[in-house]
Amino acid sequence: MDAFVSLVNGLSVAIQPMNLLFALIGVLLGTAVGVLPGIGPALTVALLLPITFKLDPAGSIIMFAGIYYGGMYGGSTTAILINTPGESASMATALEGNKMAKAGRGGPALATSAIGSFVAGTIATLGLTFLAPYLVDIAVSFGPEDYFALMCVAFVTVSATFGDSPVRGLTSLFIGLMLGLVGIDILSGQSRLSFGVPELYDNIEVTTLAVGLFAIGEALYVASRRHIQEEKLEPVRGSLWMTKEDWKRSWKPWIRGTLFGFPIGALPAGGAEIPTFLSYSTERRLTKHPEEFGHGAIEGVAGPEAANNASAAGTLVPLLTLGLPTSATAAMLLAGFQQYGLNPGPLLFAERPDLVWGLIASLFIANGMLLVLNLPLVGLWVRLLAIPQPWLYAGILVFATVGTIAANPSPVELIMLTVFGILGFLMRRFDFPIAPVVVGLILGPVAESQLRRALSISLGDPMTLLQSTISATLLAIALIALVLPFFLKGLGRFKAVED
Amino acid sequence: MTSSPQRRIDVAGLVIAIILLVLAGVVWWDMSKLQILSPYDLGPKVMPVIVSIGLAVLAIGNGISAFRGDLPERESLDWTPIVLILGGLAILIVLIAFGWGFMIGTAILFAATSTAFGRRAFFVDLLIGAGLALFVYLLLGKLLTLSLPAGPLENLF
Repeated sequence: MDAFVSLVNGLSVAIQPMNLLFALIGVLLGTAVGVLPGIGPALTVALLLPITFKLDPAGSIIMFAGIYYGGMYGGSTTAILINTPGESASMATALEGNKMAKAGRGGPALATSAIGSFVAGTIATLGLTFLAPYLVDIAVSFGPEDYFALMCVAFVTVSATFGDSPVRGLTSLFIGLMLGLVGIDILSGQSRLSFGVPELYDNIEVTTLAVGLFAIGEALYVASRRHIQEEKLEPVRGSLWMTKEDWKRSWKPWIRGTLFGFPIGALPAGGAEIPTFLSYSTERRLTKHPEEFGHGAIEGVAGPEAANNASAAGTLVPLLTLGLPTSATAAMLLAGFQQYGLNPGPLLFAERPDLVWGLIASLFIANGMLLVLNLPLVGLWVRLLAIPQPWLYAGILVFATVGTIAANPSPVELIMLTVFGILGFLMRRFDFPIAPVVVGLILGPVAESQLRRALSISLGDPMTLLQSTISATLLAIALIALVLPFFLKGLGRFKAVED
Repeated sequence: MTSSPQRRIDVAGLVIAIILLVLAGVVWWDMSKLQILSPYDLGPKVMPVIVSIGLAVLAIGNGISAFRGDLPERESLDWTPIVLILGGLAILIVLIAFGWGFMIGTAILFAATSTAFGRRAFFVDLLIGAGLALFVYLLLGKLLTLSLPAGPLENLF
């Protein structure tokens, strides 16, 4: 029981008062931003990165993970009470949950999603605890060519396999990869794509890109189509508690949702949308109350919410063991590690077990905190939705710009922020996915250094990528994942079917 | 195959394809100026070559989508809020570039964004924005000792 001993050691780190405080701040912030439409966990971590630069690494990474988990809880509240889900992973919840709220059953809907999130989060974090050491053992034997091939798999699955359009997904990815080239190449000391602008020599800041795409881009997009849709907040009426019948109908979907969410999150497949919609359609098929689906069936909230949280925990498996982010938030967490010079992967488990296991242990604590924060206090969170939209977005823009100049006090940085904001707006308008850009920027340089290491070991022979069994297999998987969506046009069409 | 009766060429989609092609060209041109230091590997050129080829291929892919009209439907667009927000950002950038600090610009950005989202109380929001800027300045600049661009207003505190 290697993992168990490590976890107990981690727990001793996690229950230090300072770290408990960081976890609490993280889950509070995370729930708040999850509830507020327009800000997601990825943006919050991006905004906090420059501010936390001077803090203790363990504490701030614990806080970031708390934000991640908290965002998942908070997002469901918004999805249930207003029909606009805060994040795409809550879309399935919005389908049934909002109908329940309209029928005066908002309380049980919130309760089943909070308890389901807790159950799924706890099981999935246990999965992470026991799976991580195995993956670390495997990853230790990886050579640079294997790592490069693995990143190719992640690139393809994140951008092409599960989106609406593989072409647009890959386009997003390559824009990210291109932005990753900007700056001085460390190995040769030559500058690339900098055009003599000194601010571009030290690479494009991940925070500037993420804040521009998410904050400015989102604000521009929402403002430009404000005349089209109006949001309506459903008040929570009736009892908050679930009846015996609700429990009976909820617990199986929670477990099934977890079983969908964790493996799909743990595979470098990216995104919580797939498991939530798989869970939704499964519950719809298995339910004893098919007449309620589409009119507020509790199974349709319980299952997807569990799947959503389980996949969030699952995403941490490739992130911590391989350094592979498969969602925008995971990419920001990776940036959080990198700002302290820490690189997630097998080495980190060996060199900083206190930090890694402290983080994993604190996830259990964060989950417990979130259950307490969300069940009795849900009325408090709902009040956040009363902030007038103009002030909300104006505030987001102020924090976005100030956060950026605090990291890099230069007008050029703000110009870049604005340009990325316009890019984010255009991408939303033309339905290009945003996450692959962030993943491309942050993972591109890592993939490049692995590739060049592999090539210099093989004296420049690219066949080295195919001579290692692991790397050849992984590249084959990447190729299949790339080609498949062109043949199976329906793979990413859950959304279209369910809407 | 799905086929709609009317299939027109999507001009915006074509523009996207052309932009991607230009980017591919820029990356290639920039790559051609790099020097290879080791005779055995392509060094700093490997990744730009991959990215450039990828962008060119995707330009073709996007072009095909545009010709087939595969792009999603776009809703009507209200330009006024976009101009307001971008204008607020531009004012902030100019003010910081000329050493006026960040607080004045931040207040203007707050009020401009709020107006973009439909509020009709520019001067009240300007004051709220100034209050928020002051709060942020005290929090980040004084408490967390991060360096923020200072101007006449910031130096008062």
